[in-house]
Amino acid sequence: MSARRDAPYDVERVRKDFPILQRSMRGKPLVYLDTAASAQKPQAVIDAIVDLYSKHYANIHRGLYELSETSTRLFDEAREKVRRLLGAADAREIVFTRNATEAINLVAASFGRTHVGPGDEVLITHLEHHANIVPWQQLCLEKDARLRVAPVSDAGELRLEELERMISPRTKLVALAHVSNALGTINPVREVVALARAHGVPVLVDGAQAVPRFPVDVRALGCDFYVFSGHKLYGPTGIGALWARAEHLEAMPPYQTGGDMISSVSFEKTTWNKIPHKFEAGTPDIAGAVGLGAAIDYVSALGLERIARHEDDLLAHGTRLLGEIPEVRIVGTARRKAGVLSFVVEGVHPHDVGTILDQEGIAIRAGHHCAQPLMDRLGLPATARASLGLYNRSEDLERLATGLRKVVEMFR
Amino acid sequence: MSELRELYQTMILDHYKRPRNRGRPEAADRRAAGDNPLCGDKVTVFARVKDGVVTDVGFEGSGCAISTASASLMTESVKGRRVEEVAKLFDRFHEVVTGASEPGSDLGKLTVFVGVREFPMRVKCATLAWHTLRAALEGGGAVSTE
Repeated sequence: MSARRDAPYDVERVRKDFPILQRSMRGKPLVYLDTAASAQKPQAVIDAIVDLYSKHYANIHRGLYELSETSTRLFDEAREKVRRLLGAADAREIVFTRNATEAINLVAASFGRTHVGPGDEVLITHLEHHANIVPWQQLCLEKDARLRVAPVSDAGELRLEELERMISPRTKLVALAHVSNALGTINPVREVVALARAHGVPVLVDGAQAVPRFPVDVRALGCDFYVFSGHKLYGPTGIGALWARAEHLEAMPPYQTGGDMISSVSFEKTTWNKIPHKFEAGTPDIAGAVGLGAAIDYVSALGLERIARHEDDLLAHGTRLLGEIPEVRIVGTARRKAGVLSFVVEGVHPHDVGTILDQEGIAIRAGHHCAQPLMDRLGLPATARASLGLYNRSEDLERLATGLRKVVEMFR
Repeated sequence: MSELRELYQTMILDHYKRPRNRGRPEAADRRAAGDNPLCGDKVTVFARVKDGVVTDVGFEGSGCAISTASASLMTESVKGRRVEEVAKLFDRFHEVVTGASEPGSDLGKLTVFVGVREFPMRVKCATLAWHTLRAALEGGGAVSTE
């Protein structure tokens, strides 16, 4: 697994690490093309969770016995692994959450409620996932502020010059996806951050689709907040993380209150714990964090640069194969894309495409991909979406293309 | 492929490609909108009821083959029936597409939807128009299959 960085990517060997890929689906080898929704788990992640519960488990912090000490150490190590993954300066800047959605809600409820007031603006883009729309929309409703939306082109690319024009003295935050879950577009985050920072506006980046697909360095990006989900990074469900600059976390009020996030409590007054603990009320998902740590070890050993190259090659291959079917139109043709192939089949609803492909043992997603405003912008009720993971191979895309020819045939 | 052929029978594909009773009947006095947020299917059903009989019915909207064909065949099946007969027909249809009972001659053309029982994820598609029609007949409003 810890192959040299320049060694060829041995996908067949990688696949052996994922037990679920060994099973068949409807009598055929499973073709899993829904990693953008959730990734499958390598044995190393499953083992880490089993190992924790079998050998080391106890509640973390303040336990005066060895099990609690070990659990605490494993939990802290997981935080350090997230820090390294994101290139953050300090593990105190990593807050564990349930997922990217909760991380965005945390920022909206804490930072947002503090900084956004009547007449202020929050600027997002037209290609956001609902998770990066609704928390801001609700914040704006509550504060009598205005949600503004930077447009995208027909190809699904952010119109940077429009976004720049929309940043005003009233803009209190810019929030955007690093990679679009619906189209795969890679947003020019560095450029957006430069524009926003020139006006002193902080930037939140939804990295749910980026972190599993290529190396991310929050300091190089220059943003203020970065969020992701563990389950899309080959880790367990129920764990995700927020990275925020320490100065923001220090100044922000708590999101939830209770045990663990306090320094002292009396009935008259409570003082908050230090960061990041101030934002982690109650017993956290200890096994989730440990599993996420194992997932980070796994992708790091493979090398995110190599994973990125592998997925780029597959995306190019899939784009070519689907392009050869006249009835198939690829939706989202940005110049910079990662991991996602959205498409429609002429005269066939994406839902029917999904059902027919399922009969072929091919798992894709059909629908609005939690991005209804983007679908409306593109004039589509839904698309079919094949999304890639580090375990996909050329053959998977060839099976997809063959399946799509059957779809076309069936509806002829 | 046999289960698929059973699901996408010729009549279903025909009604998907050429839906009957599409649009709003002029004299419609009932309407309701329905949607299936899962897949983005949307349907509006219009009906005219006179002396307890559905004298005209139509639908608008976009959806998958199953939901469109179901709406189309539903309009053909309910026209001329009494409101309470329509309710019973929906109950029977629902039982058949969920596999709770076997199809019989009482369903007429609607038996083509028997294949849906092998695809539990698609039951909502097959019943969206029916739920919406029921809402229209019961006084209108919006329904959602979620």
